[in-house]
Amino acid sequence: MTTQLFRTCPESGLQFHRPAEWLMRANAVVAVVILLIGGLTAVGVTLTRWPAIHLLPADQYYQLLTLHGINMLIFWIIFFEMAVLYFCSSTLLRCRLATPRLGWVAFGLMVAGAVMNNLVVLRGDSSVMMTSYVPMPANPLFYLGLILFAVGALIGCFIFLGTLVVAKEEKTYEGSIPLVTFGALTACIIAVFTIASGAIILIPTFLWSVGWIAHIDAAMYRLVWWAFGHSSQQINVAAHVAVWYAIAAIVFGAKPLSEKVSRTAFFLYIAFLQIASAHHLLVDPGLSSEWKIFNTSYAMYLAVLASMVHGLTVPGSIEVAQRAKGLTKGLYQWLRKAPWGNPTFSGMFISLIGFGFIGGISGVVMGTEQINLIIHNTIYVPGHFHATVVLGTTLAFMSLTYYLIPVLFRRQLAFPALAKWQPYLFGFGMGVFTLMLLAAGTLGVERRHWDMAFTDSALGFDYPASAYTLMGIAGISGMAAIVGGAVFILVTVVSVFFGKRVGSESSYGTVTSRLMRAQPDIVPSGGHAAAGRWGFAAPGTFLFALFFLAIFVIYYAVNWKYLASVWPLS
Amino acid sequence: MSSIQPPSEILWWKQPLDRVEGTWIAIALVWSLIMFVMMPLWHVYGKQNLSNEAYRTTPEAFQAKTMAMVNEYTVRTETDQQIPVVRPPPGSDVYLIARLWQWWPMLELEKDQTYRLHIASMDWQHGFSLQPVNINTQILPGYEIVLTVTPDTSGEQTIICNEYCGIGHHNMVGKIYVTEGGS
Ligand code: HEM
Ligand SMILES: [Cu+2]
Ligand SMILES: [Cu+2]
Repeated sequence: MTTQLFRTCPESGLQFHRPAEWLMRANAVVAVVILLIGGLTAVGVTLTRWPAIHLLPADQYYQLLTLHGINMLIFWIIFFEMAVLYFCSSTLLRCRLATPRLGWVAFGLMVAGAVMNNLVVLRGDSSVMMTSYVPMPANPLFYLGLILFAVGALIGCFIFLGTLVVAKEEKTYEGSIPLVTFGALTACIIAVFTIASGAIILIPTFLWSVGWIAHIDAAMYRLVWWAFGHSSQQINVAAHVAVWYAIAAIVFGAKPLSEKVSRTAFFLYIAFLQIASAHHLLVDPGLSSEWKIFNTSYAMYLAVLASMVHGLTVPGSIEVAQRAKGLTKGLYQWLRKAPWGNPTFSGMFISLIGFGFIGGISGVVMGTEQINLIIHNTIYVPGHFHATVVLGTTLAFMSLTYYLIPVLFRRQLAFPALAKWQPYLFGFGMGVFTLMLLAAGTLGVERRHWDMAFTDSALGFDYPASAYTLMGIAGISGMAAIVGGAVFILVTVVSVFFGKRVGSESSYGTVTSRLMRAQPDIVPSGGHAAAGRWGFAAPGTFLFALFFLAIFVIYYAVNWKYLASVWPLS
Repeated sequence: MSSIQPPSEILWWKQPLDRVEGTWIAIALVWSLIMFVMMPLWHVYGKQNLSNEAYRTTPEAFQAKTMAMVNEYTVRTETDQQIPVVRPPPGSDVYLIARLWQWWPMLELEKDQTYRLHIASMDWQHGFSLQPVNINTQILPGYEIVLTVTPDTSGEQTIICNEYCGIGHHNMVGKIYVTEGGS
């Protein structure tokens, strides 16, 4: 491969293939630009839902909410995931990227699709929300934009898979692919399934919008749309869990407690994802309870189990790595002595806690067949998914970005003091915001609703005063999170475009070195467990996991109790 | 560094589990199974279950049934739009139309009596959200959902639409009045 250009980063030892590097940069930069658009729309939406301010008129609120949902959930996350896929294949495996030209085609399609979709929504005739439930019509270009974007993303997935094949054939690594690449592979497989479902529903909907198909059944639309909409969340989970493992490895040199468990847990995501989409349809007509229970629980709880496993093994692997360095005092010295001033670590850890405690627990509770009756379509739902995709995925991606700025972009981090605080501001703002939405949803406040006071309606309804207070605090904390997001954008944009270059040289050459197996553990006498307690290698993490479980059990029970107080139904 | 490198052991899948992992997996699995059996158990012992009774329908057919009920059981009208308030007999089939941007008609039910409440949309998707009691279901065009419901609190309940249905979505409000039994 004499024509290939590689450089090795002296600080990290990572090896970059030049075409892959530029693709990662382009995808990450566009992702951040979209995050900026999403953040601006978040300002309008958040200030409108803050009852004391109620900023925008109804039509603009619905329009901005459509833009916010699509840009954040689909465009920001998937552009960044493309960069993650290229990183986890070409960079981690020290191999050339398969078909970089096609990578630019994919990128171009995604940009074109995203721009088209945004422009159509901005025109004002497609405020249909990201779900675009039929038969509410949108402009045909709305669907076409999404389809173009999806085709681009699908090409990106195949480039990732192709790169794995190249690495294997050119023997750029020893043994099996690293765990983080395995996680990315999980995300990629799920993405292929997801995009296929998206095509199955969006292409007919596009044809319907131009008049070639007369009718699309609303229930069928929801079933297939959620096979796409839910699975895409599983991509995010797989991707951000892979990022957690990567950051644990980068910051601490952490190694999975056991490869087998972590990989099996990723595999569970693939095995059970297709049927988990049912938890969006728990109160839909036309589906039986058996179908709902089987699909949400059999499927979902094993995927939940997988997340609970990662929730233990990620911090557990950090604990073991720290204990091996001698931080063995008490149960939590390893955690106290962690680099809390390093945004790559603090962001990742807040992401883990927020995703597990807030996003995970609320998701399982509202995905319970009967409990969904008291939660469906209330603002509880945005409360749940801001904990998963914002605290979980977005914050994990932000943390990784801090690491990538010197390594991938070869720039020093601008405003390091601001960057140090950013994960805390964003994390705690979002944490409070999500808790407030969960609480307000429990009081019946609706999502996607312009006016909780019903001032223009002939028949009003008064929510309790506490609901207004909760939505007010949500407004304040949401704005705090938005400031946190703005700091992130400021730091990254200034670093990447105006930042000082990193001092050391990292020039391109043709030599590439092979990726070696990890060093076998230097196991202290008596095994890992000797550095821990009770025969556990990670006793602090274990205790923390039990604490998590206790909260989970209590909150789950409270919701059944609440359900028991509503009108009997059968 | 290790999670970003190939596993150190060639036969990594033969490596034994750490005790902390094994214990946690066992606990988490038990908890998952408990959550799983709670749902069927609630179908047997709990009182809040959807029967999932639903039929295909058309706007014309559903409207005809609703009109028949309104013509027979209207007791008064409310608001300047003259929305009928219907008081159907306990145990009967009750019809509620969801359409842009109205729940029609209003209902007056008796406490602790059971009704079969049929709901269908005439146009787009809507969300039936009864507040403050807090019961939420999805309403679709082409489908008639049947909730067998027993109001056990008296007073005024408000139906709010909680599926976004266009610019009038937030004004789509209806009422169910629950009167003390025997009145
Ligand atoms: C900085 C922080 C953010 C704030 C304060 C914020 C705030 C909000 C608010 C107030 C809503 C409207 C809820 C409603 O009225 O129904 C909303 C909706 C939503 N947000 Fe965010 N958001 C933020 C960031 C994000 C990010 C990063 C993502 C995704 C990665 C995201 C995804 C969504 C989605 C999917 C919706 C639902 C749109 C719909 O109902 O169609 N948000 N957000
Ligand atoms: Cu509606
Ligand atoms: Cu509505």
